[in-house]
Amino acid sequence: MSSIIESIDIYFLLESLIKIAIVFVIGLLSPVGMNWVERRTLALIQNRLGPNRVGPFGLLQSLADGIKFAFKEDIIPLAANRWLYTLAPIVAVIPAFMVTIVYPFGPEIDLPFIGKTKFYVTNFNVGLLYVLAMTSLGVYGIILAGWGSNSKYSLLGGLRSSAQVISYELSLSLALVGAMLQAGSLDLVKIVESQSGWGGMQWHIFMFQPLGFIIYLISAIAETNRIPFDLPEAETELVGGFHTEYSSSLKFAMLFMAEYVNMLTVSVLATVIFLGGWNGPFVKEIPLLGLLYFFIKISFFMFLYIWLRGTLPRFRYDQLMNFGWKVLLPLALVNIVISAVIGLFVY
Amino acid sequence: MVPLSWYLALSAVLFTIGVVGVVIQRNIIVLFMCIELMLNAVNLTLVSFSRFMGDVTGQLFVFIVMAVAAAEAAVGLAIIIALFRNRETLNVDEADLLKL
Amino acid sequence: MDQIALDIPKLMFLAFAGIAVVAAFNLILQRNPIYSALSLIVTLCVMAALFLMLSAPFIAVIQIVVYAGAIMVLFVFVIMLLNIREEESKVDRQKYLKWAAAPMFLALLAQVFAVIRYVDAQAPPIQSPNAPGVNPADSLGTVESIANAMFTTYVLPFEATSVLILMAIVGSQLLARREKKEDIERIEEALAVEQSEQELAHRTSEKSNEEVAA
Repeated sequence: MSSIIESIDIYFLLESLIKIAIVFVIGLLSPVGMNWVERRTLALIQNRLGPNRVGPFGLLQSLADGIKFAFKEDIIPLAANRWLYTLAPIVAVIPAFMVTIVYPFGPEIDLPFIGKTKFYVTNFNVGLLYVLAMTSLGVYGIILAGWGSNSKYSLLGGLRSSAQVISYELSLSLALVGAMLQAGSLDLVKIVESQSGWGGMQWHIFMFQPLGFIIYLISAIAETNRIPFDLPEAETELVGGFHTEYSSSLKFAMLFMAEYVNMLTVSVLATVIFLGGWNGPFVKEIPLLGLLYFFIKISFFMFLYIWLRGTLPRFRYDQLMNFGWKVLLPLALVNIVISAVIGLFVY
Repeated sequence: MVPLSWYLALSAVLFTIGVVGVVIQRNIIVLFMCIELMLNAVNLTLVSFSRFMGDVTGQLFVFIVMAVAAAEAAVGLAIIIALFRNRETLNVDEADLLKL
Repeated sequence: MDQIALDIPKLMFLAFAGIAVVAAFNLILQRNPIYSALSLIVTLCVMAALFLMLSAPFIAVIQIVVYAGAIMVLFVFVIMLLNIREEESKVDRQKYLKWAAAPMFLALLAQVFAVIRYVDAQAPPIQSPNAPGVNPADSLGTVESIANAMFTTYVLPFEATSVLILMAIVGSQLLARREKKEDIERIEEALAVEQSEQELAHRTSEKSNEEVAA
């Protein structure tokens, strides 16, 4: 057994574990914070107040909701498949959190007392594909929730969701190809570093990927099942879609959390690929500014989600499918051809 | 490090399970899944040989096998849906006539 | 087996292999296809982990994207679409096949033991693509090295694959298409014409029979 202990690099292990813990906590807390921001902003858009009773400005409302989730009775419908019904939220939440380890929050910074620290858990050669792989696994949670509940609404929601996610995943991945070609790598950290020119403003959205950015943004909203693409849980026609049968228990909380972490993931990906990640003016001089820029950029996308939710009506199902296959996909292909031609002459 | 023989053994075991599945199952979708399992077992062999020979060719074959598997799944599932529409069953023993 | 010293990769391999084999058995023993599909997804994900251990990160990720993320979603989608709950219990006509399974299983297990007994190879050392000063294209299994091989030596198989996929798209479209209304009407018309002709022939033959009888 001694050979096992010798083969472990203790410092590396410790550093990784601490980083993973931090990222995990960020992942756990972001739905709580985002939920509060969403409800308040939505209320502002709709000319009402929103939650303002629990704590200052209603800040503790999400916490109260969380406690309520935990203490509510956990009801499993009699007709439901117990095993799949329980498995579905777990399957939804695990891939969502697995992505968080490649979030590149900031560059390698020389911190006081600690020394040089990388502000990401890890980076690999295929980081971007890893993110896409994990998001594509997330759809099983929705499918299983829809199937396992054994209810019409849930099944329809699950069917719609799987069709929608498969369709939009194509244009989502293809929209990223142009930026990949220009960055010359799939490693998220290297992609960010490739955008550090022009005093930190050489972002891919300016350098010939505006079309790719727009396609990515639309597909990402569809991929996370948000308004105006929230057909899988359209409450006016499907009651609650795939989570109709999930009463407000911890299972529902897990589905909810998976949805918000997925939103965070596509926002991080948009920031990293198109908006230069931590890059911005004066980051070379003061590296800690990078973290701030990263946070601001992500907040922008989060606000965009809420903004769209407050202003846009829902698509019809056939419109959704036609738009994905007949508009976004050809546009994404055109974008790849344009990027390749530009890459041939510029890089 | 893990020796090559372990990977080959695992691959053989998985392939065998796939073959046994094709023989004992009668549901056409499960048969199809057993075939995918066998393809994957072969993929494992190819990747492990690629690693132990230090040559990337094996991984390339796996890539192409995956593309073929995707095409196969698309056509196969379309056939299964057509079969189910016409016969209302997925049992391969029931589908023994060449005409409707 | 006493000369094999256990280390972390070996323990990981054993854990993954155990999960893969259990899931594969579950795949073939379940009566409900959705459980089989879930077991296969588990096997595929474990396989991706094994590919990572074999320093094939690109193949590992593609395994999840293509197999677990696309092909198996399609399977589960079809199972949901056809709404197959439990396998219908009909008379099993191929019962004898189950008896053929056991000897086959034993034969292939013998092969496994032969492999463990006689195959012996050492993995050549490879560079980590993240190490400083290493070109990722020189490292095994990275996107760069696979792309290099794919677009130089193996460009013909690659293009052939794209043609195959195009054929698959057209083929599945043709198969899954519902018959058009005009087509159905035309077929029914043709059938009706055929039937009336048959009746006519029948009647004339009857008539001729009567004439003969008369």
